[in-house]
Amino acid sequence: MDRQTPAFFHRGPAPTTRVTFFAVLSMLLMVLDARFQYAEPLRQVLALAAYPIQQVAAAPVIAYGRLADFFASRSALQRENEALRSERLQAAPALLALEALKAENEVLRATLAARSKLPQASIFAEIVYAGRDPFSRKVMVDKGSQQGVQLAQPVIDARGVLGQITRVHPLLAEVTLIVDKDHPVPVQVVRNGLRGVVYGSGDGATLELRHMAANADVEPGDVLVTSGIDGVYPRGLPVARVTGVERDAAAAFASIRCQPAAEVGRNRQVLVLTAGEAVPPPPAAETPARKAVKQKRARKPQ
Amino acid sequence: MHGEREHILLPVKVGFIAASLAVALLFNLVPWRDLRGVPDLLALVIAFWCIHQPRKMGIGIAWALGLVMDAANGTLIGQHAFAYAVLAFGGQALHRRIPWFPLWQQALHVLVLLVASQALTLVVRLIAGGTFPGWWFFAGSLIAAALWPAATHVLLAPQRRPEIVDENRPI
Repeated sequence: MDRQTPAFFHRGPAPTTRVTFFAVLSMLLMVLDARFQYAEPLRQVLALAAYPIQQVAAAPVIAYGRLADFFASRSALQRENEALRSERLQAAPALLALEALKAENEVLRATLAARSKLPQASIFAEIVYAGRDPFSRKVMVDKGSQQGVQLAQPVIDARGVLGQITRVHPLLAEVTLIVDKDHPVPVQVVRNGLRGVVYGSGDGATLELRHMAANADVEPGDVLVTSGIDGVYPRGLPVARVTGVERDAAAAFASIRCQPAAEVGRNRQVLVLTAGEAVPPPPAAETPARKAVKQKRARKPQ
Repeated sequence: MHGEREHILLPVKVGFIAASLAVALLFNLVPWRDLRGVPDLLALVIAFWCIHQPRKMGIGIAWALGLVMDAANGTLIGQHAFAYAVLAFGGQALHRRIPWFPLWQQALHVLVLLVASQALTLVVRLIAGGTFPGWWFFAGSLIAAALWPAATHVLLAPQRRPEIVDENRPI
């Protein structure tokens, strides 16, 4: 072992030793982060340190967006105004009917002595930029814990469910979009009340209704709304429209493709819903330890 | 080290290395609407200094910069750190070989290093349950490698500057 050439200059450990050390350290961190979420405090500290750099880097992009808004051409605005007006006109009958139904619903609920829905409070937020991670579908919005944004709050746009808050910084929050492969949304088919869970299909634009039996009563054109059984998304928000159903006799499940109702990837203004429906507490039969684990899982939708 | 004019370089300033890394980090944190084909300039600059100044730029610094990238991007903690550490190691291992080639052949070497470090990231994320983002994922490396000659000119410029201008002196 003493045959190795002695080093002329002291240069610390050999590069191979160093790279092995750092590789093992990285893998340890990755496992801690992916499996146990123990790396969260470290991430918070590092994110805080990187925050000023991020602000500086984002400044020109945000300024450009504001400038583009300012110089939006007259004709474009007129066109948008026209479209919005016609949209409102088209929506009017449904809205009027909704008013009547709401009133009727109130009366029925009162008679049934049911808890009426809490009014939804919401925070208006703007998407600042898309997440820089090409492996997941996330966006950052310009409201954070200082504005009252909390973990697991649902995020919607004008047309439907957009996603869920998965990480909160003081002035920014990360939204995992419904098109993320690991983001489940419990839904219900409007036509027949069939329940299911919809996931992102991984291409960033479409959704997949998984685990539905091959003979399930789902047709192209069916509208999916949130079922509200997870306690995260309030009931009845539009999520997607079924675009294609493939039933393969060999497979146990049907392959159901859906198009999200929200304008994923094209919108800038979103609403973060802050006051959800009060969900009755789960039955107390479970031991506290198990419950804690379950809650942790429910909170982290990856 | 090749070709018509050979420069004897001035010693590098540590402050310039730090500044170039900071600028590259800043570029990497610019929020793009679409990530396709955006080169990872930080990886390029790390590779550059590991090849040209292996005594000053090491695996540890690359690793720490990777951690900052992970935290800022909301990716898996350790993913960029791992990739950058391996990239820095590759750069240091090849630092005696690469400067002997003409610039475009140097760029090919760097392309291999960058793609290898990105492939590591890809493997790690696929194991962790990520979605395969498509082959455009590697386009950033191609563009970064194509920027190698430009990066060499810019990053070596301060060391090429003569202290006293004299036409008859090689420095």
